[in-house]
Amino acid sequence: MTALLHQIFSGVANGGIYASVALALVLIYQATHLVNFAQGEMAMFATYIAWALVQAGLPYWPAFLLTLVIAFAGGVAIERVILRPFDKAPVLAAVCVFIGLLSIFNSLAGFIFTYTIKTFPSPFAERAWYGTRFLSPHETGEIAITLALLLLVYAFFRFTPLGLAMRAAAQNPQSSRLVGIRVGWMLALGWGLAAAAGAVAGMMAAPIVYLEPNMMGGILLYGFAGALLGGIDNPWGAVLGGFIVGVLENLAGGYIVGAELKLTAALVIIVGVLVVRPSGLFGHLIATRV
Amino acid sequence: MAPLLEARGLKAYYGSTPVLHGVDLAVEAGGIAALLGANGAGKTTLLRAICAMVRREGEIRFAGRALEGLATEDIVRLGVAHVPDGRGTFVHLTVEENLRLGAYTRGDRTGIAGDFERVYAYFPRLRERRRQQAGTLSGGEQQMLAISRALMLAPKLLLLDEPSFGLAPLVVKDIFQILRSINREQRVGMLIVEQNATLALDLADHAYLLETGRAVMSGTAAAIRGDDAVRRSYLGY
Repeated sequence: MTALLHQIFSGVANGGIYASVALALVLIYQATHLVNFAQGEMAMFATYIAWALVQAGLPYWPAFLLTLVIAFAGGVAIERVILRPFDKAPVLAAVCVFIGLLSIFNSLAGFIFTYTIKTFPSPFAERAWYGTRFLSPHETGEIAITLALLLLVYAFFRFTPLGLAMRAAAQNPQSSRLVGIRVGWMLALGWGLAAAAGAVAGMMAAPIVYLEPNMMGGILLYGFAGALLGGIDNPWGAVLGGFIVGVLENLAGGYIVGAELKLTAALVIIVGVLVVRPSGLFGHLIATRV
Repeated sequence: MAPLLEARGLKAYYGSTPVLHGVDLAVEAGGIAALLGANGAGKTTLLRAICAMVRREGEIRFAGRALEGLATEDIVRLGVAHVPDGRGTFVHLTVEENLRLGAYTRGDRTGIAGDFERVYAYFPRLRERRRQQAGTLSGGEQQMLAISRALMLAPKLLLLDEPSFGLAPLVVKDIFQILRSINREQRVGMLIVEQNATLALDLADHAYLLETGRAVMSGTAAAIRGDDAVRRSYLGY
């Protein structure tokens, strides 16, 4: 029983990381109807930046915040400079760009920081009052950070004029232009937010999976499964999906397929959702009148 | 004085297909001009061309400024509010959020609050439904919302694309009455595309008749109404 609870709780902790990745995917999907395959590598690269900042002597939290700012600016720049020219290009062109970005970031990280595995600090102490029998302090802290991130994103979209404009631009670009919203910039901001959310996931994952250029590969897949499971057009569903996938992954790894085949659980979820309920648990079913 | 909106030799294209072949048109400040014509004459395209929503050529000036090279959102920021064909509602947002988006480019909080009150006074139904998802409104209510959203911009010029489309006659009558009072009280200039020529000519002071992308007739509303050919083809008596 204790072992089961342990699996579930640490699944929730992993799920927090997947939830952040899922949120990042949804932020871009909502506006473009494209899944950014490079999301994981962007997060990995941001984590290397955080590592470099800490190595340079910056305390953890300032480095954390500075990394978010850099990731945000980087996300905006990528959209403006690299994706903008593909604005009206076919979907496959955008997919190629994503795959290109993925391999560029992966190689760049290896080139700059080498492929040697590095340890990444956790801001949470080894032993602390918020560690419990089932959750290490890092896991508790990481869940708290994830929830804080979600709350911030929610408040931004719900209560600020800019958040409203971004929602409007994602829903109805034409009408948005007619009320004076600069739709292209809203898209770029979405990329910035997604990059920052991904950076949070990377920095929270790195103390567990260690820092190396391929660290986000599996995590992106779980995040994608979470986003699909919750409904890829619904941020809250996607986040919940991320947590559910974290728990399912751990249970499958612990009791069904073993740790080596855990990643297949993510693929099973992806295929299962697409077959049974393509809109996900909480997604909108888009009915098109033809 | 120069007119509020002036177009000369306006051409518009969908892809490489020309739809407008050089239209001259003007709307006076505080005036109402109607665009009449059969389906496919280019009325909607003309409104879209003004807002740079389609590729266009020719000269357009608004409030003394050339609009060539400006993007849609920049033209909107000059004070041109477009109530598009199909109403352009943000269906997943609430009524109030739709209206707030209408005022997105404005910074004057008190002015915006005043305009909220004003559109709610014109359309009390919208106040009742302000927390409701806009997609759940009836067609007439969505048209009211579209006009209100445009008014929240505090525009100098309102472009209206078939405000009567798909609405019950009583609702249409209400909406046109309100358009008239908006024009009188706030001196908002209007360019209105309307299938219902009788309604449009009652509201407008000027009218243009489009046929296959050309303005074949223009003049005061009274003169156009008195024209025999227009009467037979568009007024139906």
